[in-house]
Amino acid sequence: MSICVIHGYSSIAVCPLSILEILFSAKRNRAILTNMNPNPIIEIQAVSKRYAQAKENVHALQEISLTIDKGDTFGIIGLSGAGKSTLIRCLATLATPSSGKILFHGNSIADMDKIALRAYRRNIGMIFQHFNLLSSRTVAGNIAYPLEIANVPKEKQDRRVDELLGLVGLKEKKDAYPSQLSGGEKQRVGIARALATHPEVLLCDEATSALDPRTTREILSLLRNINKNLNVTIVLITHEMDVIKQICNKVAVIEEGKIVEEGSVFNVFADPQQPTTKQFLLNASHEIPPEFIKDVSPNRKLLRLRFKGKVAGDPIISEIVRKFNVDANILLGWIDRLQTQTIGTLIIELIGPAEGIKNALLYLTEKTVHYEVIENEPS
Amino acid sequence: MSPANIQLAYQLLPLQLWNTIYMVFASAFFAILIGLPIGIVLTITDKGHIKENKIIYKVLETIVNIGRSFPFAILMVALIPFTRWLIGTSLGTTASIVPLTIAAAPFIARLIESSLKEVDKHILEAVIVMGSSTWQIITKILLPEALPSIISAITLTVINLIGYSAMAGLVGGGGLGQVAIQYGYHRFNTFIMIITVILLILLVQIVQWLGGYIVKSILKKRGKAIHD
Repeated sequence: MSICVIHGYSSIAVCPLSILEILFSAKRNRAILTNMNPNPIIEIQAVSKRYAQAKENVHALQEISLTIDKGDTFGIIGLSGAGKSTLIRCLATLATPSSGKILFHGNSIADMDKIALRAYRRNIGMIFQHFNLLSSRTVAGNIAYPLEIANVPKEKQDRRVDELLGLVGLKEKKDAYPSQLSGGEKQRVGIARALATHPEVLLCDEATSALDPRTTREILSLLRNINKNLNVTIVLITHEMDVIKQICNKVAVIEEGKIVEEGSVFNVFADPQQPTTKQFLLNASHEIPPEFIKDVSPNRKLLRLRFKGKVAGDPIISEIVRKFNVDANILLGWIDRLQTQTIGTLIIELIGPAEGIKNALLYLTEKTVHYEVIENEPS
Repeated sequence: MSPANIQLAYQLLPLQLWNTIYMVFASAFFAILIGLPIGIVLTITDKGHIKENKIIYKVLETIVNIGRSFPFAILMVALIPFTRWLIGTSLGTTASIVPLTIAAAPFIARLIESSLKEVDKHILEAVIVMGSSTWQIITKILLPEALPSIISAITLTVINLIGYSAMAGLVGGGGLGQVAIQYGYHRFNTFIMIITVILLILLVQIVQWLGGYIVKSILKKRGKAIHD
């Protein structure tokens, strides 16, 4: 499917509906896959984390509650300092919440004794931004480490290591040392090591932030396969919406230690509520040239339309043009391919009498097209 | 360079060279035996490490600092009663091993502490999440990861001990130091003095080369670039 980005004043009359047709010809708009049998694997209940610092208490996390179901790929997105690292560290038992609870299969990890805690830790795997591989061990040795400390017999270790090397596609690098590997290969070793003990949950701490875009895609597709084929629940934190878009089914947006928005990736993408979320969705290449925003007036409105579900099939723009005697000018259009659905976005300019524009907007609401009027922000 | 001197050198030096090697390596061995556990405990009980414990850290740190602040010549004399009690005499090479060990142990403890602290904390977090015990972290992570740095530390300690052992020779400890003081200083035998100095230099060079060689081969095996 091609992505259309149209700049300039190509009038809608000249280019009737072609964009929408191209955008949605593939009929990807299946119903939202809702989990009919939610099976919570991790429940975060009102978790707060305070750090006592010289002058005041710093609230890294404030009353965070999230439920992660089995099979989810749950993305937590936030800027640096928003608290996402602290949250994943709490899940990994590297930090302890100041208040609130984290339940794993209904059991609070704070109440676990030493043995139960070790079992929990072996039931979660974790991968890191900087891989954290052991420089003193080969690839095979790194992957074998979690098995070794769990007292798995040597022959079983070897078999499992070979299996995992196959899974991550590193069979020929078995005897290499980490410093001889590329970033992507290192992360593959990290993934294999994290999966060695058959964990139910994989925690990803900015796992692709140190990788180039192409390697990032490869690693994300590997993670997607692991989630689908091995039924490993994935919790990942990131500051990149692209990562969420490519593999997550659910997303939570964290800001200043609070969850400001949460839901299925589809809904959050199609209808973001919070400014922070919208900010994350803004892609540098999708920025509207400022001169267009400058020109808005009651007779010239700039709209961001989001198409999802069935509405995408209707020729809405040409209807508006016909019915309300306004001109529509398409400035930008793109599609976001999510896990199960596709969302189309169009930035258009409506030009015409104020009354006509007003009615056009009402019509859009009636047709359940999500739109947003882009205002001229005085700078 | 008279024939008499050459004969004297033959008589004295091989035996005393051996005595020096024996003193240095025996005391290095015992110093590692004492210093390594102290270095490990200092590392893991430090603030923010895997077994943070203020009291243990402070106590050990104080002991190590006191041990390191003694000039070796004074330590050697101060330890005479202890050495006599332990070995039965304060003279000779075996007796010298006691003060040498006690001087080197806190030194090596500190060096090993700083080697172990070079291991990236994030790696430790990674293996904690995997459910490693403290013992597993020490034996399977900290020591192997820090191995090249620990070997450099041991090399440095052995070289220091060669210097100290010469000082031990001044008070009847035997070895090349004693030859230097007896023949070179008291009897003005420049020839013996020069040969002794050359032997000491060679000994230091060989230890340095050997240590460096081991470190380099480990790093090479681990695929790390070696910067000279």
